[in-house]
Amino acid sequence: MSFTFKAALSARKFDMSVSLADAETVAVLGPNGAGKSTLLGMIAGLLRPDSGTAVLGERRLFDLDGGTHPWRPPHLRGTALLAQDSLLFPHLDALDNVAFGPRSTGASRKAAREAARHWLAEVDASAFADRKPSQLSGGQAQRVAVARALAAEPELLLLDEPMAALDIHAAPMLRRVLKRVLRGRKAIIVTHDVLDAYMLADRVIVVENGRIVEEGPTRRILERPRSPFAAGLAGLNLVSGTITGEGITTPDGQVFAGQHDPAWLPQPGQAGVAAFPPSSISVFLGDVHGSPRNSFAVTITELEPHGDQIRVRADTGQHTLSADITPAASADLGLVPGMEVRFVVKAALVSVYPA
Amino acid sequence: MNKHNSHSYHGIPGWIYAVASIGGLLVILPLAAMVAKVNWAQFIPLVTSESARTALGLSLRTATASTLLCIVLGVPLALVLARGAFRGQRLLRALVLLPLVLPPVVGGIALLYTFGRQGLLGKSLELAGIQIAFSTTAVVLAQTFVALPFLVVSLEGALRSAGHRYEAVAATLGARPTTVLRRVTLPLVLPGLASGAVLSFARSLGEFGATLTFAGSLEGVTRTLPLEIYLQRETDADAAVALSLVLVAVAMAVVGLSYGRRRSRQGAAL
Amino acid sequence: MIPHLKRNLVALLVAGGLASALTGCGAPAGISSSAGSSSSTGSSSSTGTSSSTGSQLDGPITVFAAASLKAPFTHLAHEFEAKNPGTKVTLSFAGSSDLATQIIQGAPADVFASADTKNMSKLVDAKLLDGAPRNFASNVLEIAVPPGNPASISSFADLAKPGVKVVVCAPQVPCGSAAAAVEKSTGTTLKPVSEESSVTDVLGKVISGEADGGLVYVTDVEANGGKVQGIPFPEASKAVNTYPIAAVGNSKNKALAAAFIALVTGETGQKVLSDAGFGAP
Repeated sequence: MSFTFKAALSARKFDMSVSLADAETVAVLGPNGAGKSTLLGMIAGLLRPDSGTAVLGERRLFDLDGGTHPWRPPHLRGTALLAQDSLLFPHLDALDNVAFGPRSTGASRKAAREAARHWLAEVDASAFADRKPSQLSGGQAQRVAVARALAAEPELLLLDEPMAALDIHAAPMLRRVLKRVLRGRKAIIVTHDVLDAYMLADRVIVVENGRIVEEGPTRRILERPRSPFAAGLAGLNLVSGTITGEGITTPDGQVFAGQHDPAWLPQPGQAGVAAFPPSSISVFLGDVHGSPRNSFAVTITELEPHGDQIRVRADTGQHTLSADITPAASADLGLVPGMEVRFVVKAALVSVYPA
Repeated sequence: MNKHNSHSYHGIPGWIYAVASIGGLLVILPLAAMVAKVNWAQFIPLVTSESARTALGLSLRTATASTLLCIVLGVPLALVLARGAFRGQRLLRALVLLPLVLPPVVGGIALLYTFGRQGLLGKSLELAGIQIAFSTTAVVLAQTFVALPFLVVSLEGALRSAGHRYEAVAATLGARPTTVLRRVTLPLVLPGLASGAVLSFARSLGEFGATLTFAGSLEGVTRTLPLEIYLQRETDADAAVALSLVLVAVAMAVVGLSYGRRRSRQGAAL
Repeated sequence: MIPHLKRNLVALLVAGGLASALTGCGAPAGISSSAGSSSSTGSSSSTGTSSSTGSQLDGPITVFAAASLKAPFTHLAHEFEAKNPGTKVTLSFAGSSDLATQIIQGAPADVFASADTKNMSKLVDAKLLDGAPRNFASNVLEIAVPPGNPASISSFADLAKPGVKVVVCAPQVPCGSAAAAVEKSTGTTLKPVSEESSVTDVLGKVISGEADGGLVYVTDVEANGGKVQGIPFPEASKAVNTYPIAAVGNSKNKALAAAFIALVTGETGQKVLSDAGFGAP
């Protein structure tokens, strides 16, 4: 492992252990206040944990468990940080912003500017070299900020929701740029957007309440989520319970029949989850004939547009499930919040796997 | 900007204007009354008399020196107060700001017992061959004592509103703390530093009580313009009024400079 | 933040404005009967009137007196109130020129006791007095040195020695002009390290040990007994400061004002003043 990190900070109920292989990009997902930025702050040296150790390549970032408590200051860590706001220095033009890192680490003015031009070109921002940050749009500024971070030649690039402050037109372009420049680099990207995880990350870490609740290859996490948060990101309904022959049984006795994933070889009695997309649910009024296996009486809590569908959120008494139906179907059924309906889930579309 | 303001709702009750104009008059009327008393026929000779020119020159020189000293000492102080985290920080801030509310004469007495011949440091300084009492250095010290809080308050505010996120980013880009200070922090708070320096200069220029108590009053050495005015008042009221007007003009120029800066900055921000 | 500066400015401006008003009023008064001409009347008439304090005197008066008179006048005011039950003497002490300016600007004073004839003559010129001023005391300079006399000063000439830090009053104020007069008559030139605007400031520098010696009045040394040491010098007689007193014209209680002046110029007053170090007028 070329980066290992383990730290705890009791004041923020933070306790995580993260490691990265060479050239690996990891996405950190989690609700607000889960400790994502705290993690980046500790790696960058802006925040000091109570205990823990971290090593980045040859550099020991900190070791608070031993006797001497070495603590490497931020400027000697090689961990450039890119935040939600570009935070370009307002008194410097784009070129000098990008040249800041090389200049600070001893490059001559000329060499630093040369490097800056190179990195501005890498992020398609050469045209803005002479502009002050106040003359740049959010997306342009963020691309310059990416160039600035890269020009510092960090061993580990830390990205803290780099797309969050951008409008929907600017985000795709930055995402493309990031995809290009992150290739072959160690990076940790904190994000709310599942698209970032898909496009940019090799691996995903899901954090909640200062702890890692789930981690693994991006594809697996998003297709087979185990945490409600990851399921929400992946747009899947997630129900947890005990694995039975049919599927899973929830603690209150509801049975969700589904397909056991052969890759995981679930054992009956084991804790497991059932995941299914909203499109796998049909909505019926009154009793359903033919007695399908997964039929649940629910109360509609919310109706909202979702793409060209209507998303129906409903409460089973234990779980909140989402179903996507066409607007025409919704109108035919006369759905309104508070109405009691039946959700029928196609068992073939329910994946059951161990938690 | 004004045009914009006159079109939008301001929500100020009418009577506020009445009270505000009384407040304005309280400041403006005495100034006007003084201008009315100026002996214009004699004005030029009065303000260009040798003692007046000497006093004005000394005032400008000492105020400049104390402003520089305020910057040299005040910038680190403001940084420590705004960014540092240590026990007694609040107490330190309170103490540093004390000269703002202290009668200057009290400051003069305190300085006397510090740098005076019999003072805390004065004795050692005297042994080292440095005599501060009755020297221009004493004037600069007195002015710095009263003006320093203006710079510190102004700069600390600027530092706090600038936040430290730029500095954090600069550090992760590999910049040492000194580089961050020089290339990021100071450029960011330059407007605050400038207005703090202007206020310090203005305060130094007007300094009277501490100087009189601590430095004495000797033409060309310690008698700054306010002391000259105070003395002229005893015998030559015309001269005192004329010199007061000069001081008002200099103060207005200095404050106007600072206000103008702020306005143009706001304009740029819009 | 600016208010600080502004406040100082306003203070200066108001002071300046008042001072300038003084010359405006003073100019049209054509008769310049100098206070010096009335000085002969001072002591001769004083003894007789001191006993004329009748029991029908009552009410308040306000006495404006030079700062150097603080101790003896406070004493005399108590005495006056004790002798004349029902009377109330309010004292206001400040520099003579400030007091003269205040009276010209309409301050409600009944009696004015000045530390010099110059400021009294401003009121004479402005025709604000009731009757001619009477001289009631005199004061001469003395060398004040810090306790122990670190620079071993024993004469006026010692003040001119190199290395001796001397503080005097600026020539613009009475104690300074007296010092200048002594310098002139003795042919000695002092090189003061500071020319202060008031006796208090000179004393402050001597008391704190900043200065080796200062020129102040005998009475100032008396009043600060213990904190400074006084060294009389014969050349002081070249500059005797005379203190005149007068009733102010628009006094509402002329009888009381006259009675107070009588007390000051009478035996009791002279005794108290002499105890405080003042000389005969």
